[in-house]
Amino acid sequence: MKAMNITKTLIAVLAAGLACNTAALAASGKSKHPHEQHWHFSGPFGTFDQNALQRGYQVYETVCSNCHSLDLVAFRNLGQKGGPFHLDACPAGFPDTVDCSNPNDNPVVKALADKYKYQVTDGPDDSGDMFQRAAVPSDRIPGPYANEQLARLANNNALPPDLSLITKARHGGPDYIYSLLTGYEDAPSTVEIGVGQHYNPYFHGDMAQAMKPEYMHDGHPVEGVSVPLGGVLAMAPPLADGIIEYGDGSPQTVEQYAKDVTEFLMWAAEPKMESRKALGVMSIIYLVILAGILYWSYRKIWADQH
Amino acid sequence: MSHVSTYKPSTGIEKWLDKRLPIVRFGADFMEFPTPKNLNYWWTFGAILAVCLVIQILTGVILAMHYTPHTSMAFDSVEHIMRDVNYGWLLRYVHANGASMFFIAVYIHMFRGLYYGSYKEPREVVWMLGVVIYLLMMATAFMGYVLPWGQMSYWGATVITNLFSAIPVVGESIRTLLWGGFSVDNPTLNRFFSLHYLLPFAIFGVVALHIWAFHTSGNNNPAGVEIKDVKKDAVPFHPYYTVKDGFAIVVFLILFAAFVFFNPNSLGHADNYIEANPLSTPASIVPEWYYLPFYAILRAITFDIGPISSKLGGVIAMFGSILILFVLPWLDTSKVRSMRYRPVARMWFFLFVIACLALGWLGGKPAEGSYVMYAQIATAYYFGFFLIILPLLGILETPKPLPRSISESVLHKSAKVETSAAPGAPAAAE
Repeated sequence: MKAMNITKTLIAVLAAGLACNTAALAASGKSKHPHEQHWHFSGPFGTFDQNALQRGYQVYETVCSNCHSLDLVAFRNLGQKGGPFHLDACPAGFPDTVDCSNPNDNPVVKALADKYKYQVTDGPDDSGDMFQRAAVPSDRIPGPYANEQLARLANNNALPPDLSLITKARHGGPDYIYSLLTGYEDAPSTVEIGVGQHYNPYFHGDMAQAMKPEYMHDGHPVEGVSVPLGGVLAMAPPLADGIIEYGDGSPQTVEQYAKDVTEFLMWAAEPKMESRKALGVMSIIYLVILAGILYWSYRKIWADQH
Repeated sequence: MSHVSTYKPSTGIEKWLDKRLPIVRFGADFMEFPTPKNLNYWWTFGAILAVCLVIQILTGVILAMHYTPHTSMAFDSVEHIMRDVNYGWLLRYVHANGASMFFIAVYIHMFRGLYYGSYKEPREVVWMLGVVIYLLMMATAFMGYVLPWGQMSYWGATVITNLFSAIPVVGESIRTLLWGGFSVDNPTLNRFFSLHYLLPFAIFGVVALHIWAFHTSGNNNPAGVEIKDVKKDAVPFHPYYTVKDGFAIVVFLILFAAFVFFNPNSLGHADNYIEANPLSTPASIVPEWYYLPFYAILRAITFDIGPISSKLGGVIAMFGSILILFVLPWLDTSKVRSMRYRPVARMWFFLFVIACLALGWLGGKPAEGSYVMYAQIATAYYFGFFLIILPLLGILETPKPLPRSISESVLHKSAKVETSAAPGAPAAAE
């Protein structure tokens, strides 16, 4: 059965790629262009805003983590340099021997791991059984489902993607994630949306499939009607105003939640971005100076030849 | 080496070694190599390419220490490199963007060779070795792109390996051999990793032959006339060209760094940050940018030609578009090397560059509607340039008079600048 599917897909791919079958590729629909946001991390000098990262983690932990895993991120990452809960020094009351800049000793990270909503499966123990225990900073953040089958069972056969790399794994990146989270709309009257499906003009899908038959003729929309942008997805609008309480007085709106969680997910996908850009600035300065010296040397050496 | 060695061993150990393994002499002769004094910046890309190869090998060897070539672990091991290996993100971004930089440099290097006729007698072997290097680069880069085991890795590998099945009789067997089974799977990943590690050393070897070959024939140069008087026409490679190449390399590294540090994913495809899934085909399968012209040629053949199916025809056209470069030295019938002195050929050459860029753009577009027709026109021009235009122009075109020597061409240029202020001055001998 699996082999059959692969063969079928292969044939489809070859048909599209080689025989230039026009219909095969024309099928993919268009979606709305994402809103371009100003991000704290944009540009060659952009950095993550630690407060936004903390709020974004809160949004992930409260909402997203009900369905989505974050497999590539460990609790210790939250406390590393540039991470949401990194501390330069311990809060008052800690003995001098503790170094809170070390993620494994960071009290905030330890508490987050210990009290995390999901436990970690460990084992086998001495009697050969697997067991559940509270997480420690060295653990990866546990996800909501033990395996793909459970995830599909719980989500109407849709698989919620892991979010570790999501901001790099979609065209449009963070702008797209933000637009998707804030962009849910009622479906236009020309389309029929299935149960458990939700319309979003930013989602990469194909609404031609969902057009009501009375608006279609020979596979094309009738005069005066067009196929709506976007697609349908299994994820219901995840955010609503006021559902998460921020401790720092930031607005508790869908837009703010979406912006914060997107920044957090950008950090999760690219946790070394700050040191990358910092090293980049130094490297370019170094190379420009070196180029200047070499150009001067070149003129000097060639002076007798020109 | 073609020039007389001027090396004099001075110390005792050098004299001793010179009779046994004249490696110091080799290095000294290399640095003294008489090089035409009129090489422009287009000639610096050879040195830039050598730097690219070394960067790829160094970063690649270290990446291989942390990478796991297994379908269930490859994707995560790349992320392990990005997150947990010290400066792993730097190694991986340099290596991934390094491939693109390598191809930018090699395309400029090849167009330079085409424009200045660097493939013509006596440099046919230099050129053909270059084509071999280019083919090896394509194979190496293709297999390297499969290693992170993302969606584009997997589906790119599937599409490209399936091309081989179009070859009559043995095609299916070749595909099975490439796969190590009956689909792209763990054996495919293992052999691609092994070959991806091997081929760069093969490239290194052919590069050595490439350099040896042009150290025998001597460098071509923008005027396209040979060195007549070493004293007047040439300068020693060092320090004249080490410093000029050095400057160009550093400028190139600035561009390289801009990508690595500030836009490390702009040349890649977002889908490759999704782990490979044989059951989910991406909406469109697009190769890396440096393959796009050939991808466009592959898809431009939409019609059967006699017994040749459109699929096989596409594969033949795609491989043919590179293999034709091997016979270019004999297709171009003109004795004049540099297109500076071939006004008609120069026009067709620029049109050829435009056709290549257009093919690159079309390769990234869906193969539908008018895109297919444009790709067919550009493909026809690509082959027409080599098979019709260059052979005919050698007979029909009247080239401009050539300078008598390299030094004359250089003096002529500076003389022009000086006389341009005096409009009454007689035109220089032409």
